[in-house]
Amino acid sequence: MRYHWNWGIFFELSPDGTYAYWQLLLFGAGWTLATALSAWLIALVFGSLVGVMRTTPSPWLVRIGNAYVELFRNIPLLVQMFLWYFVLPEVMPEAIGDWLKQLNNASFYNAVICLGLYTSARVAEQVKAGILSLRGGQRMAGLAIGLTLPQTYRYVLLPMAFRIILPPLASEFLNIIKNSSVALTIGLIELTAAARSMSEFSFQVFEAFTGATLIYIVINIVVVNGMQMLERRVAVPGFIGTAKPVAGH
Amino acid sequence: MFANIDWNIIVRSLPYLFFDGMRFTVTLTLLATAGGIVIGTLLALMRLSGIVPLALPAGAYVNLIRSMPLVLVIFWFFFLVPYIGQWATGSERPIQVGAFWSALVTFTLFEAAYFCEIMRAGIQSISRGQVQAAQALGMTYKTSMIEIILPQAFRNMVPVLLTQTIILFQDTSLVYVISVTDFLGAASKIAQRDGRLVEMYLFAAVVYFVISLAASHWVRRLQHRIAIIR
Repeated sequence: MRYHWNWGIFFELSPDGTYAYWQLLLFGAGWTLATALSAWLIALVFGSLVGVMRTTPSPWLVRIGNAYVELFRNIPLLVQMFLWYFVLPEVMPEAIGDWLKQLNNASFYNAVICLGLYTSARVAEQVKAGILSLRGGQRMAGLAIGLTLPQTYRYVLLPMAFRIILPPLASEFLNIIKNSSVALTIGLIELTAAARSMSEFSFQVFEAFTGATLIYIVINIVVVNGMQMLERRVAVPGFIGTAKPVAGH
Repeated sequence: MFANIDWNIIVRSLPYLFFDGMRFTVTLTLLATAGGIVIGTLLALMRLSGIVPLALPAGAYVNLIRSMPLVLVIFWFFFLVPYIGQWATGSERPIQVGAFWSALVTFTLFEAAYFCEIMRAGIQSISRGQVQAAQALGMTYKTSMIEIILPQAFRNMVPVLLTQTIILFQDTSLVYVISVTDFLGAASKIAQRDGRLVEMYLFAAVVYFVISLAASHWVRRLQHRIAIIR
């Protein structure tokens, strides 16, 4: 028994009767990007806030920030997806729970929130590392010239810290695109799910996965190049950030 | 809210969750880590060898795997492994492999790409003077790698390797997409059979949280200890 290749499958009509298979994959890629970009907004905002909290002099803010990071980092993403999608509507008051269950595109909103908060913990880790990598004198200098603590962060520490952590943030952004595929378990038809359903309808398993793989590679190349351009644009002359190896996907 | 919660379901299903589910998860994590580190180190040596026919395919493999989501890689290997088996054994039809072997091959080869990059950074963290000193003493490339470079590279990277293992432990939950009964799979089966999603998923989250948190704290302590000795 041998596998029968049929690359023409991409141009055949899918069972929905309107679109060809290659169009289904592109729709999937669209959902992947929409999910990843929306979640990235949440991740950046919450990640920066929590990351800053963990470097403030207040021990309570540091503790809350640490707890936040540990909570989202030590539970598998898939389990978090299930918690948001299956468990949250059940433990809410009934009216809210029913509303959540009947929401249009519920799996998209769930995926965005879940992925956003999950990634925010990792962003917070980077933001903290970036701020701590600055010399302590910078904070003192900021305070000494009469800036308040928030102003010191806004005008002195964060502009430098974000430049330093740009490379690890870029790889977190790549991760969020890849991790959005976990949302297929709660019914979001993103790129991997689109390839999976194409393989189920057409039986051309390897063509479908090759198609999805190629799209992921293209997205990857575009993001990597875009980030390198951004890095060059915002670089401060004479100041080079070094990226240490970190575990992750 | 928590009115009709049945916590007893967890107690009743503990043996199944841990002896079937968690045993699968832990076995898969440990074997995939061991295999991944071995293959990853070989890939790293290939990438750093400076021999183009070795460096090029290794680099291409690592970059390909690293640009794909794990879920897609799991699907790839789930369908590919039977054909690889057919090709390797020269049999007539695709070899049916069990879910465990399929998952093990997938995670070993997937993690190898990540372990490769960690080991590459580890090898590059050893100063060039050591390589030159080994050469000056008359050691061959192989001896200097095995005796001088790799032990230090490995040791420098132990915390990162362990952190990656914790991530791998969490990632094994994704075998859910090929309906394998790992810890989460076991919890999910009971959740769906008895309609107890809230209890089972909350419990699964707590178990993963406690294990990962304890492990990552231990890694951090270890990191400090190693840092002092060096």
